[in-house]
Amino acid sequence: MVDLTARPVWMATLAQAEPTELAEHLATLGELPDHTFLRSPEMGLTMVRGRAGGTGQVFNLGEMTLTRCVVQIEAGAEKIAGFGYVAGRDRVHATQAALCDALMQHPAWYETVQNTVIQPLQASAEQQQTQQQRQTAATQVNFFTMQRGE
Amino acid sequence: MSYVAVKGGAKAIANSEALLQAQRRGEQTVPELSLEQIKQQMALAVDRVISEGSLYDRDLAALAIKQSWGDLVEAAFLLRAYRTTLPRFYYSQPVDTGQMQLQRRISSIFKDLPGGQQLGASFDYIHRLLDFKLAAEDNQFPAPESETDNQPVPRVVDVLGKEGLIQAENPIQQPNNGATQSEENVFDLTRQPQQLPAGRDARLQNLARADEGFLLSLAYSSQRGYGNSHPFAGEIRVGQVEVVICPEELGFEVAIASITLTEVQMVNQFKGSSAIPPQFTRGYGLTFGYNERKAMAMALVDRCLRAEEFGETVQGPAQDEEFVLSHSDNVAAQGFVQHLKLPHYIDFQAELNLVRKLRQEYQQSNQATQSTEVEIKQAENFDSANIENNSVPTPISPPLDHPTTPHHSPTP
Repeated sequence: MVDLTARPVWMATLAQAEPTELAEHLATLGELPDHTFLRSPEMGLTMVRGRAGGTGQVFNLGEMTLTRCVVQIEAGAEKIAGFGYVAGRDRVHATQAALCDALMQHPAWYETVQNTVIQPLQASAEQQQTQQQRQTAATQVNFFTMQRGE
Repeated sequence: MSYVAVKGGAKAIANSEALLQAQRRGEQTVPELSLEQIKQQMALAVDRVISEGSLYDRDLAALAIKQSWGDLVEAAFLLRAYRTTLPRFYYSQPVDTGQMQLQRRISSIFKDLPGGQQLGASFDYIHRLLDFKLAAEDNQFPAPESETDNQPVPRVVDVLGKEGLIQAENPIQQPNNGATQSEENVFDLTRQPQQLPAGRDARLQNLARADEGFLLSLAYSSQRGYGNSHPFAGEIRVGQVEVVICPEELGFEVAIASITLTEVQMVNQFKGSSAIPPQFTRGYGLTFGYNERKAMAMALVDRCLRAEEFGETVQGPAQDEEFVLSHSDNVAAQGFVQHLKLPHYIDFQAELNLVRKLRQEYQQSNQATQSTEVEIKQAENFDSANIENNSVPTPISPPLDHPTTPHHSPTP
């Protein structure tokens, strides 16, 4: 059985992946198990919340679009449900995220998907993040206060 | 007077729309704008539209900007209209701006901060001179990079908070059991009508979707003296935060996206009261996207609207909750102002008849009092002749009881 404690992590990776990148990695897996929809991809909204002052009273900041989907694959006698929640309105992205989530719970597929899809996506996200951090770091500023009356 | 609907005009309206589409496209020889171009090269316009449209979807915002021919208020309206077609699935966990992946972070109150200050991409210290190089195409602008130590970056106001020097922002506690604010209790402007007096949650949601220009002017007015505002920009941070939802069917929390936010913490003076020692207070601004001017204005207005909470006198429009919250929404405002363009023939006909009737009555009553008026007029002429010694015609029969001339004896 696959260890599911890392499931929120891989789901987040799949959700935040560039849809084209996810599709490319998925294509390298070859033939995938058939899936059926337990919930067809559907678009809706999530109300994003904030806190006054960052730490105080909760308030509704505004909405964002979201597409969700649930697929089912068969693993021997067992059935595995995979969930996809992605920002935006990309039904293919939601379906592929759900399918990967299901495959990641499948003992025969876990390692392959982890190595060919999840890890490259994480590496790519990390690379992007590092680049942004390096660009931000280049604008590090140190102002000096002038002494007055001299 | 209410608006009376009209019929007809279908052909003209269809042609007007077709003309708009043609003019919006412009010359066929000029390449058409792609949504990706708008998203990347008009990014701040996109950010304004997602903020005022109150819908974080940069693709849709780019489409709205293209469709609205660059009219950003119209684009925000398109997003607001679109969102009504979608069901609401989830409410996110409150975003943790302390964990933001920073693109910019500055403070005007401390020079040295844990985590330092990064200007990021900003117009702040650049001369406002037109750059004619940009008029040419195929420009290459490499982004500078340098090593990063990647240390944690705490909020600046939390540094003041450790000493108790600034008013604390704590989650609302339920009065009966001390539990934190429940999800259903958060005011939602998209589901409930604006109520007065409004809670801070309602005010912040209203301000977050408010028109930037309106907030900017209000904030400016408060700085110029219409309200009690002596703010410092405690911290401005721009960057990505994760949006986390907890779907019931899943049973655990999952991040669905990283979104760009601008957060502003304004620090204001507060003299204290019998119950509270002197301390700083704060105003809070949070917007979708990179919307620094708006987030700063929002933070100033948020603090102004807290006047009552801190026992301050409401002196300026920015402190007047009803004024601010009722007029901040540009979709509502443009609708009411621009509806005046629609045919009001019936309404105006009624007004026209009324004015005609009033004029008729006026003329009739004028004729009736004409003789009396002649006498008054003559009396006035007579007065001015006496006071200023002008050579106006001598009245025929000066009134003996004129109220304003008690000290003047009539001249024969």
